[in-house]
Amino acid sequence: MSDTPRTRVQGTQGRSVLLDVRGLRKHFPIRGGILNRVIGTVQAVDNVSFAVREGETLGIVGESGCGKSTTARLLMHLIEPDDGTITFDGRVVDKRDRAALRDMRRVLQMVFQDSYSSLNPRLPIEETIAFAPWVHGIPKREARDRAHRLLGAVGLEPATFARRYPHELSGGQRQRVNIARALALEPRVVVLDEPVSALDKSVEAQVLNLLVDLKDAFRLTYVFISHDLNVVQYVSDRVLVMYLGKVVEVGPVDQIYANPRHPYTRALLASRPSMNPRQRTTEAPLTGDPPNPINPPSGCRFRTRCAFAEGVCSTAEPRLAASDAVGGGLDAHMVACHMLAPDSGHSKTVLASNTA
Amino acid sequence: MANGTAGTSRFVDVTGTQVPVGGARAQGYWASVWKRLRRDPVSLACAAILLLIFLAAIFAPLIAPHDPYRTSVRFRLAPFGSPDRVLGGDELGRDMLSRLIYGGRISLLMGLLPVVMATLIGGSLGIIAGFIGGKTNMLIMRVMDVFYAFPSVLLAIAISGALGAGLRNGLIALTLVHIPPIARVSESVTTQVRSFDFVEAARASGAKAVTLIRVHVLGNVLGPILIYASTKISLSIIIAAGLSFLGLGVSPPEADWGLMLATLRQSIYVNPYVAALPGAMIFITSMCFNMLSDGLRSAMDVRL
Repeated sequence: MSDTPRTRVQGTQGRSVLLDVRGLRKHFPIRGGILNRVIGTVQAVDNVSFAVREGETLGIVGESGCGKSTTARLLMHLIEPDDGTITFDGRVVDKRDRAALRDMRRVLQMVFQDSYSSLNPRLPIEETIAFAPWVHGIPKREARDRAHRLLGAVGLEPATFARRYPHELSGGQRQRVNIARALALEPRVVVLDEPVSALDKSVEAQVLNLLVDLKDAFRLTYVFISHDLNVVQYVSDRVLVMYLGKVVEVGPVDQIYANPRHPYTRALLASRPSMNPRQRTTEAPLTGDPPNPINPPSGCRFRTRCAFAEGVCSTAEPRLAASDAVGGGLDAHMVACHMLAPDSGHSKTVLASNTA
Repeated sequence: MANGTAGTSRFVDVTGTQVPVGGARAQGYWASVWKRLRRDPVSLACAAILLLIFLAAIFAPLIAPHDPYRTSVRFRLAPFGSPDRVLGGDELGRDMLSRLIYGGRISLLMGLLPVVMATLIGGSLGIIAGFIGGKTNMLIMRVMDVFYAFPSVLLAIAISGALGAGLRNGLIALTLVHIPPIARVSESVTTQVRSFDFVEAARASGAKAVTLIRVHVLGNVLGPILIYASTKISLSIIIAAGLSFLGLGVSPPEADWGLMLATLRQSIYVNPYVAALPGAMIFITSMCFNMLSDGLRSAMDVRL
């Protein structure tokens, strides 16, 4: 699985930016007490910025609860951000601009993680797939024809499956239906929120290959969210690593996997089981759970689990900055760590910049 | 099952994987509910009895052997099996059988119509409250709670007492009694359904709230709401009988099971069997409704 994918879109460097996210922030208030006052906030997504080029796959990785799914829902405008802008194809999407939102919903679609709850149990799957086109004014018969074509495209024979209900399908088949549903509006970007996490390994591989094939066939752009490092490596062109609602590292997939710079990314990659049985991982590179996002640590949020944490890490928040000579731009390898900022005052800065 | 297609054919997808195909053709939700209900003898028996009572009530003028309002001194509190009075006579010598047949009209009306109305009103309120949530939910559900705080019989008595006796006011009172509990059940199932990803997915496709509710919410909440509402029918019949008994429902000489029970009360020592007949009818009808809705619940209780 961790070898290079069969098809990777080559030369995405020159393509234009399709989705541009700037300073996205979402804090969920926690209410309690007799008067239902706000007693805290979950800082699910905090100042997240990234861009996705047309035709590429951006992988987003991180532990459970790091804000991956919240980011997906914010992208889809299923929940409204507290702050920040989402620009789609040069147009800022605002919830007050109903027309822009409707346009955006046609070109930006999502595949959900839970294939059980993401299909209406009372509707035959052709109706579920045909729903979105029908909502957008396509006559029912035509929408149904499109649903049948899409079922064929995701490997489910329409004649057999179109009239079935979700409970009559296996997990893999259901996820195929979910993918067909997301494609029904002919979107340009598909946000995949853990699309294969609930599937067993053999089915996972089938669905991943299907996704790669569909991306070529429909000229799609993917935002691929997963906690599985191997899967992300397999499908992504660029990878974004999140920790407790913050971006800690972003860069081209090869660089991230070959030369991870942030201590968190390194720990994550080290925690992968080795394919060689002689090279056993005897000690967990990362212990404990992520801290509570209600009161995240000051400064660098990773410092409580970081082996290199120093005084400066608790006082100043590291900025996401280019880590090497490649410089800025979309293909830059960016890291948010004091050890990589020369003037941060961290004692390991010199050492880190030497190994760069 | 119903429509066996392609036995165990196989289909090969783009990635060259064989996707196994089962033989069964899909059947709709309601079709499978009906199939399960058909296998339940108790439900079927109850449905048959209710059908009989319904038909008797509808075709009362054709079936009833006598005019239910014609009194006769000769047959006052006549025992069962008297000539011309098969089920005996009431305190004014009217034919019990005819009066029981006619009485079903009002009792069934009082049992069904308020529940239907309350399901429409309470169900809509509950679905709206559950789907929108937030302050709207608070407002609707707290108003419901105010009504819910009173015992239903007491509330019905209070409302029809305030509005005055009569069939129409009785129907209004019973409807108002049933709205809060039905709204509450609707709200809770809607809130649950709303949290599923398929509603999110439909929202992400740009559907309006009304379309969303109609296509994706209604189908998933209707079952539980209908089951709950059906349990209210028997209660409605009993409360309606209670209102008539207290003189707050229909007035004499109307044939109504509750009213008949009230007027025959004094004769219970003279002819207890005849006096108990209206009560038996109320009991049988509400029991049948209860057991049928119970069977319906287990037939519908399929987590798909």
